Amino acid sequence: MANDATYESYYVPTDSKLPIFASLGIFLTVFGMGNMLNEMKAGVDSSFGSWVLLIGGLVLAATLFVWFSKVIEENHAKLYSDQMNRSYVWGMSWFIFSEVMFFGAFFGALFYVRFFVVPWLGGEGNRVPSDYLFYPDFVGAWPMVDTPDPTRFPGAIEPMGWYGLPLVNTLLLVTSSFTVTLAHHGLNEGNRRKLVGWLALTVGLGIAFLICQVLEYQHAYAELGLTLTAGIYGTTFFMLTGFHGAHVTLGTFMLLVMLFRAMKGHFKPDDCFGFEAAAWYWHFVDVVWLGLFLFIYILGS
Amino acid sequence: MDKAKQSKVLVALSLLLPSSVVHADWSVNMRQGVTDISRQVYDLHMLIFWVCVVIGVLVFSVMIYSMLVHRKSLGAVPADFHDNTKIEILWTIVPVIILVAMAIPATTTLTAMYDAGNSEIDIEVRGLQWKWQYTYLNDDPTKEVKFISSLLTPQDEIKNEVLKREHYLLDVDNELVIPINTRVRFLVTSGDTLHAWWVPDFAIKRDAIPGFVHEAWTVVDTPGTYRGQCAELCGKEHGFMPVVVRAVERAEYDTWLASKQEEARLVYETVGKEWTQDELMVKGEEVYGRVCSACHQKNGQGLPPAFPSLVGQGLAVGPMADHLDIVLNGKAGTAMQSFKGQLNAAEIAAVVTYERNAWGNNMDDSIQPREVNNMMSTGQ
Amino acid sequence: MSAIIEEHHHDDHHHGPAKGLMRWVFTTNHKDIGTLYLWFSFAMFLLGGTFALVIRAELFQPGLQLVEPAFFNQMTTMHGLIMVFGAVMPAFVGLANWLVPMMIGAPDMALPRMNNYSFWILPFAFTMLASTLFMEGGGPNFGWTFYAPLSTDFAPPSVTYFIFAVHLMGISSIMGSINVVVTILNLRAPGMTLMQMPLFVWTWLITAYLLIAVMPVLAGVVTMMLMDIHFGTAFFNAGGGGDPVLFQHVFWFFGHPEVYIMILPAFGVVSAIIPTFARKRLFGYASMVYATSSIAFLSFIVWAHHMFTVGMPLAGELYFMYATMLIAVPTGVKVFNWVATMWQGSMTFETPMLFAIAFVILFTIGGLSGLMLSIAPADFQYQDTYFVVAHFHYVLVPGSIFSIMAAVYYWLPKWTGNMYDETLGKTHFWLSFVGVNVTFFPQHFIGLAGMPRRIPDYALQFADYNMVSSVGAFLFGFSQLLFLFIVIKCIKTGKKATAQVWEGAHGLEWTIPSPAPYHTFSHPDEVDLKEAHG
Ligand code: HEA
Ligand code: HEA
Ligand code: HEC
Ligand code: CUA
Ligand SMILES: [Cu+2]
Repeated sequence: MANDATYESYYVPTDSKLPIFASLGIFLTVFGMGNMLNEMKAGVDSSFGSWVLLIGGLVLAATLFVWFSKVIEENHAKLYSDQMNRSYVWGMSWFIFSEVMFFGAFFGALFYVRFFVVPWLGGEGNRVPSDYLFYPDFVGAWPMVDTPDPTRFPGAIEPMGWYGLPLVNTLLLVTSSFTVTLAHHGLNEGNRRKLVGWLALTVGLGIAFLICQVLEYQHAYAELGLTLTAGIYGTTFFMLTGFHGAHVTLGTFMLLVMLFRAMKGHFKPDDCFGFEAAAWYWHFVDVVWLGLFLFIYILGS
Repeated sequence: MDKAKQSKVLVALSLLLPSSVVHADWSVNMRQGVTDISRQVYDLHMLIFWVCVVIGVLVFSVMIYSMLVHRKSLGAVPADFHDNTKIEILWTIVPVIILVAMAIPATTTLTAMYDAGNSEIDIEVRGLQWKWQYTYLNDDPTKEVKFISSLLTPQDEIKNEVLKREHYLLDVDNELVIPINTRVRFLVTSGDTLHAWWVPDFAIKRDAIPGFVHEAWTVVDTPGTYRGQCAELCGKEHGFMPVVVRAVERAEYDTWLASKQEEARLVYETVGKEWTQDELMVKGEEVYGRVCSACHQKNGQGLPPAFPSLVGQGLAVGPMADHLDIVLNGKAGTAMQSFKGQLNAAEIAAVVTYERNAWGNNMDDSIQPREVNNMMSTGQ
Repeated sequence: MSAIIEEHHHDDHHHGPAKGLMRWVFTTNHKDIGTLYLWFSFAMFLLGGTFALVIRAELFQPGLQLVEPAFFNQMTTMHGLIMVFGAVMPAFVGLANWLVPMMIGAPDMALPRMNNYSFWILPFAFTMLASTLFMEGGGPNFGWTFYAPLSTDFAPPSVTYFIFAVHLMGISSIMGSINVVVTILNLRAPGMTLMQMPLFVWTWLITAYLLIAVMPVLAGVVTMMLMDIHFGTAFFNAGGGGDPVLFQHVFWFFGHPEVYIMILPAFGVVSAIIPTFARKRLFGYASMVYATSSIAFLSFIVWAHHMFTVGMPLAGELYFMYATMLIAVPTGVKVFNWVATMWQGSMTFETPMLFAIAFVILFTIGGLSGLMLSIAPADFQYQDTYFVVAHFHYVLVPGSIFSIMAAVYYWLPKWTGNMYDETLGKTHFWLSFVGVNVTFFPQHFIGLAGMPRRIPDYALQFADYNMVSSVGAFLFGFSQLLFLFIVIKCIKTGKKATAQVWEGAHGLEWTIPSPAPYHTFSHPDEVDLKEAHG
């Protein structure tokens, strides 16, 4: 709350060249990606799009790097008051909330197809002679390995089980949530060795998770016939786990940066917003995984 | 101004204002329609309309009175009242009561609309870009009546080159025919993108969704021709796919259906039987001349580059599957449209066979209507 | 990410803006960014309006005269998209940027560099979107609601750019809204409680919350489209076990809150203006806050009222009907509050007040037709007709757009330091008022008589009212050039404004000089809270 805080005098920021470069970078990134996708679809052989994508990505990455470095620098120069730090805390929390809603859209899609669409396609609630249905032979069951229209969506051979790699991954992520908390304890105790050690372990667990996921995907493609084009089961499986994987990648990267910063001695018990933000993000990613594990793997197979 | 000039001006004016020519069904309100449900919907509409009008009039009169009287130029001094719990509760509760009063009849009507019950006649309504296909379902496939209904209004009326006639844009070649006082069920679906089958006089509007079938039903009590339009954006010609239903006496319906079934039986037989190469070529020439030659010309040479030649090159001398595919499905973005809705299986088999073996094309192969029919019904 | 930076070496931090064009590109000042948003929004309004005029010109008469059906669909789509995402939303963000810090006594937005980033993404996004019109196969032609599979299997190639443009808008909106929320929660002047904030700030707090909640869902749905188009997934294809209707559920889960995003800040604006010119405090502050929150809550649970005809089960249909009808209650509370505020006031009718009153009346008309639409069985007859078009233009044009105009007239003296020309302002109001009604009122009739929307040509019985509507559209459209003229004239030659500007105005922004200095409330002790609320 604003009221109970002590107020330092406010100061105003100077102009900044960073945002316009970031805008340009993100624009080039998506424009290049769009161009690339369209040319691929049209079967045109051109590298224009990928170059634009590459340049855009580099501009964006470089700008963000400078941007974050600058923020860190300003923080070290003791420019931030407690109130300003609270702005970051709020900002990060609302950003995570927006991510929750993004996953919510995909979870919602999963529930809707699973509980409504697939049974409908299988004929439930349909009072029409079955040979007038589009897909007379289709049985609406979940996990849906046989698709209504196998010529366009070939379907899978077998659904993904929950034991094996997914279970290992669950253990990895849950453990990593503990290790990151231990790192936090280390930070709070001012024990840099403890902080760095546990944090490094967390990053390691994150990377291990990603490796397992790659192996799992290979297994799905090669042995289960489970692909992106295998119909809605494959679609939801890969979209949800894939987006989650992308978030794990980002989270691991954030933690890695924090690891370097911790090694440089950037954090103090009362000044560690960067670390905390990364840790929250990591917990968020963990919770999403538990949802996935339950709804995609256990209840889905 | 002399007579000739005068009439020229008149014609010019009437071309400018085609609206002044015909005023069919000029109206500012919803139609009552010709079914029990449609009248219930109309009554409901009028009820909520008047409720809204009354609320509007009350609120606006208070505002306008205040604007006229409580103005500074008349020396009004601002009062200082605010936050009155009693009145705030009142203006929360009263709207709730009004809403409940509206929700009751709405629920009754909606429940009635959803009660599709046992129907005597089932008709599949399939939206296709940009026409409707109607199938009178019948357990005996030889008696299944199926036809396409598409816009009849000629291009020159649309392009403002001639005067627009009555039922401009609301006329089709083949109307859907149903009997009155009979429960008819429509199974609405789509073969490509979304459409919506809408007949205002029946108060039926159902989205046509590819892959899914949704019901709607009606019992019409007055004979007549009822017109509506596709009500879901479905691409370029969305504005040009009207729905026309003719409701007739039961006896008239029965004779109509019988004659249609006879036609269907003939088609079924032709499609079902084995055709000889010669039969296919004769039929194919006829179809080609009637349909295809407008673009590809009688001699198959086309008018390149707009319309490709079919002689000795391209798909007509390529693999059968590709050839068949372009005729069945057309090619998006070109004048070559999909013919599977316009020609029956026998006609398509014949015309394809013809193209492969006419004008010196010598593929020496043919395809049977039966095979084409199989492809068409699996929706490829 | 960014922060408010203490410039330790600067004793006098009240430095002015940088010079030249780069001032606008690099700025982190909330007032500059607000100005950028407002001008950008006006440009988009003219562009989207030009598309609307193409539509109305084609519909002037039955028959095809100006454009091909394929192009007509692109016009309809781009008109809707540009107006919603390019005109209305950025205009409100612009107002928030200018006003929220001044109203709560904050020195700037909480994250000023990110603020600049939020804005500058937009010109790129809209350039990319508009450029699709020149691409092979044409621009998006599937309506602003872009229902699958017309927008997936049947879409022109430019849909890929459309998808990424929407992603960019989403990123911009989310960052912008996070900024607003954080500013309001964290940068209020000492002593200002939540229940003391001006209503405009309240409505924006709730709007920003809605935006953060639903823009990611929009991003999700376009991502699903992208996957279906380019990577063979089956979200919206029954052949793979998906469903085109899934698209509609996800879209409207975003889309319905979106329409309240376009009206809640308008409620805030009107709640500021009416008390000023009635010289009487707002009748029920607390109930306005609760009503706004209820509307926001309800907006999440009513989305399928746009889908009454898709064949949902009866129970779903009834639920969405009841829930939708409920929204009339809190909205009614707002309308009654405004009326009660005017009652026994001492009113004058300057241009902002005229626009605000017209807002209350015409928005109510639009709201009441919305209520009619919410009655599911009746909606079977209304859905996808011009009755719906009339409904939403009444809530959007004399609703959102009028409130934006009211806001500009109301705060323009504060922004520029000059008064606008009152006679011209009133002329602009009356032209707009007449124009809007001539344009959109007849659309109720043609809708009820059965004219579907999104068609380039129509049956003869709809001809007369379409002609009237087109005439109105041109009148309304060209009147907006007068608005442009008034604003420019005010900036260049208007007579000087006082700090309070309006006799009855209360609030922190009126305690600072006009024009508002480049930096305001840099010290918390500059804030005089007694003036915070009236
Ligand atoms: C600013 C934008 C805005 C706002 C505020 C609203 C407000 C409302 N809208 Fe609207 N709506 C749109 C923008 C908006 N709408 C758009 C853009 C579309 C079309 C999208 C598309 O398909 O392209 C649409 C479509 C739309 C539909 C779908 C129609 C169809 O496609 O078939 C429905 C159906 O229920 C609906 C209902 C409502 C309701 C009940 C309200 C309510 O919030 C209104 C509440 C207000 C009042 C009721 C008036 C004031 C109240 C009183 C004076 C109190 C007393 C009243 C009573 C007790 C009755 N709207
Ligand atoms: C806030 C949103 C908003 C606003 C402000 C408007 C404003 C207007 N709209 Fe809007 N409209 C929508 C949102 C909006 N609309 C949406 C969401 C749809 C649905 C789209 C869909 O179906 O997908 C729609 C659809 C729609 C249709 C239905 C199209 C169809 O179904 O095919 C029509 C038809 O009359 C129409 C007309 C108008 C008109 C005449 C205006 C007028 O208010 C416009 C005023 C005109 C101007 C402001 C132009 C000024 C410009 C000049 C004078 C030229 C100057 C030029 C330069 C300086 C370069 N609109
Ligand atoms: C309105 C004009 C029109 C009509 C009528 C028409 N076509 Fe075509 N047809 C075209 C156009 C244009 C193309 C070229 C499409 C392209 O760009 O590949 C084409 C291409 C073809 C091709 C492929 C040519 C090639 O080698 O690529 C075949 C085969 C064909 N049409 C057969 C038919 C048949 C059979 C009919 C009648 C049943 C028919 N067409 C009616 C316009 C028409
Ligand atoms: Cu078919 Cu619109
Ligand atoms: Cu809505």
